[in-house]
Amino acid sequence: MTALLEVDRIDVAIGALRLLDGVSLAVERGQILGLVGESGSGKSLTALAALGLLPLIGGRVTAGAVRFDGQDMGAMTDRQRRALRGRRIGFVTQNPMTALDPVQRIGAQIDVVSRLHLGLSPAQARARTLELMTQLRIPEAAAVAEAWPHQLSGGMKQRIVIAMALAGDPDLIIADEPTTALDVTVQAQIIQILGALVRDRGVALLLITHDMGVVAQICDRVAVLYAGRLAEEGPVAQIFAAPSHPYTSALIGCIPQEGMARGTLRGIPGTVPGAAAFPSGCRFHPRCPRASDLCRTVVPPLTGTGPRVACHHPGGPA
Amino acid sequence: MISYLVKRVLMLVPVFLAVSVVVFLILHFIPGDPIDNLLKVGSSPSARVEMEARYGLDRPLPVQYGIWLGKVLQGDLGTAIVARRPVADLIAQALPHSLWLGGLALLFSSVLGIALGLIAALNRDRWPDRAIMGGVLLGSTMPSFWLGLILMLVFSVWLGWFPVSGARGWGSLVLPVLTIGLGGTALVARITRVSMIEAAGRDFVLLLHAKGLSPLRIQLRHVLRHALIPVVTILALRIGWILGGAVTVEVVFARPGLGTLLIKSLSQHDYPVVQACLLMLAMAVMLGTLLGDILQALMDPRVRAAMA
Amino acid sequence: MSAPAPLRALRRPLGAVAGLWLALVLLAAVFAPLLTPYAYDVQSLPDAYQPPSSAHWLGTDEFGRDLLTRLIYGARTSLSVSATAIAISVFCGMVLGAAAAWFGGWLDRAVTVVVDLTWSFPEILIALILVAIIGPGTLGTMIAISVAYLAQFTRLTRAQILTLKGETFIEAARSLGAGNAQILFGHLLPNALAPVLVGAMLATGDAIILEATLGFFGLGAQPPVPSWGGMMSAGSALVFKAPWVILFPGLTVAITVVAINLYGDALIAALDIRAKLRTGP
Repeated sequence: MTALLEVDRIDVAIGALRLLDGVSLAVERGQILGLVGESGSGKSLTALAALGLLPLIGGRVTAGAVRFDGQDMGAMTDRQRRALRGRRIGFVTQNPMTALDPVQRIGAQIDVVSRLHLGLSPAQARARTLELMTQLRIPEAAAVAEAWPHQLSGGMKQRIVIAMALAGDPDLIIADEPTTALDVTVQAQIIQILGALVRDRGVALLLITHDMGVVAQICDRVAVLYAGRLAEEGPVAQIFAAPSHPYTSALIGCIPQEGMARGTLRGIPGTVPGAAAFPSGCRFHPRCPRASDLCRTVVPPLTGTGPRVACHHPGGPA
Repeated sequence: MISYLVKRVLMLVPVFLAVSVVVFLILHFIPGDPIDNLLKVGSSPSARVEMEARYGLDRPLPVQYGIWLGKVLQGDLGTAIVARRPVADLIAQALPHSLWLGGLALLFSSVLGIALGLIAALNRDRWPDRAIMGGVLLGSTMPSFWLGLILMLVFSVWLGWFPVSGARGWGSLVLPVLTIGLGGTALVARITRVSMIEAAGRDFVLLLHAKGLSPLRIQLRHVLRHALIPVVTILALRIGWILGGAVTVEVVFARPGLGTLLIKSLSQHDYPVVQACLLMLAMAVMLGTLLGDILQALMDPRVRAAMA
Repeated sequence: MSAPAPLRALRRPLGAVAGLWLALVLLAAVFAPLLTPYAYDVQSLPDAYQPPSSAHWLGTDEFGRDLLTRLIYGARTSLSVSATAIAISVFCGMVLGAAAAWFGGWLDRAVTVVVDLTWSFPEILIALILVAIIGPGTLGTMIAISVAYLAQFTRLTRAQILTLKGETFIEAARSLGAGNAQILFGHLLPNALAPVLVGAMLATGDAIILEATLGFFGLGAQPPVPSWGGMMSAGSALVFKAPWVILFPGLTVAITVVAINLYGDALIAALDIRAKLRTGP
């Protein structure tokens, strides 16, 4: 069975900077793929590439292909790609506080999706909107639909964004750090909602996060990005049981605790290098406890069956 | 919305009082005694005292202010010292001319400026953008009186399409409106372009794209709508600026209006008329900001929430 | 790479052209007596209303005076009046704005109210009234222009200082025991300087227009001293008879102001301070 979303060894560049280098992913129906990495590793770029929205930030796919349901998105017209977005691919953004148009009522922002993609009348669209809102356990859906975005809490807004993503009855949902901007208690609810969607509706979910705890909790597979390259990819159970890449072990070893600054990893000093200054060889080598001369010069290929890893010295915890 | 309106109007009261004090005081710093203009050479000192008493110029300043303000609030703007007519009459004659000129110029610069700013933003960094922004820069660096004279030279003297000056008929409005409007267009186009580009980079725009809406619809129905909020605010703030531009242009085209009246009475040291003109212009500025705030509140629910 | 910003601005093509024009105008103003074949104030009625010719490149005015000569001498008046006025305005605005932002409280509120009030009034009106109070002439124009632009620089400085106030290096200076004056003059003002100076440069362009407008009303430099605006004060009467008398001074004003804007833009790019200038339209 071919995967619903297949990202096949893509390179992504903005201007002269190559930000993604041969990244491959596959998400199947009814499955959750967790895409993890620190800030700056290229997670959001991967999401934009999958949505065909890289041009918005001046980026483009320079090699490889993104295939949705077997079709090459790069070969589609703008109109065809637009027909996928909202209809077959739903998107949940990082920060619900700024994701909604502040001068449009909540209901109208959800209605537009089903009117546009499913051809519903205004009344039918509103009925569908209210139904979705109720399913997402938004109390007093009818009143909330008439509210303005600034009147809602962050968690409530994120539910609205999810309702928007669902309104076109999509097959794939891409959620880009859907809980980062929310309170801890609300985070759990949103993750629960997303998990339930996959179970109940059989949609595929690409969940971008920097939180290994969330991955362990609901994902089927996990892909670890570091500085624009895939470090490790495979079934969650196997990778958590025996991470091969030292970066993966570090991520698992320090599932972020509250109070920890974002983008820092305990146990691994330093941060993700910028695209203008990617190190040679394995990009992780300056921070890696196992780094050897080989790592400094030769790019490790992604190898293995089952879990795949890009490391010259794979193994257990360092 | 009603409570917002009431609050916003009440906020104008202290501003109005402050402006009225300033307007009143400024005129007492202007050198040159209007009484000198009225007295015949060689009049007796008693005639001067009598004349001062007649216009209330012998009382202490705060008293003069109190009397003046009380009368102003009843619509009595005093009597013009030089023209010897009720000031209210002079204003009533001049005001419609200024309102037409200013209103049409505002409309012209809003419509053209927003359109140009929109086109420039949609073609950011491509030739239409460069051409428009270049033209806009030129437009904003020409002194308005000079632009007026040049338009007069081309369209009245050479082509003979419009009258050179005066205020007879609609034709006489075209060149003055163009002169003021072109300067305003530059400002509006520039702000529209900047705020379109700023709004297009906001988070929610990404989500609109992710919903599969067409880029044109996103630009026109969402981005432009956001971009217009600051444009409207600044336009409203600049209503006074357009009226100020009108002062110069009225003189160039020898049109009746508040500007010509102000310049004339300034040179004649005719206190009551100058005061009234300034007060009218100040009120136009205040009403402009009020209108801008109301429009902003209508366009942005967050503003309404913050003020309620 | 480490050339000073005013020179780096010249590396951009538009900045270079603009810089060249400004240098030309400045040099012409400084060396006016050496460059001009005629006297700016000697009237010769038989030569009145001469169109541009080889003897009078830009023609003559209603008193038969050479227009180019008067334009070059006019640059002296217009540029010096505008630049001095803006310098006064910048100095007073920085003091007011810095004091308001630094001390806060009632002082800040009072300054903000006054500044907002004057800011919504057109500069030309403020200047007209002030000239009426002080009396027409070079000094009156200078003061009027400086007051008209005071609000702008007070705003800009205040915003700058307010942003800088919260930054860590100020906290650090304070924790090392630096006093109010030391922090304000030693740390805050120098850091706020670049945006304010660029703002001043752009405002000088507006001031040239304002000076020309006052001159047009006959309120600027008094005859026979030429200024760009004063040269056009005959206004609409001359448009029929000798359009060049109106055309060239206005064109000079427009080109100079465009050049100031383009050079200012190049300077902003060279200094990389675009974001800091955003305190109002």
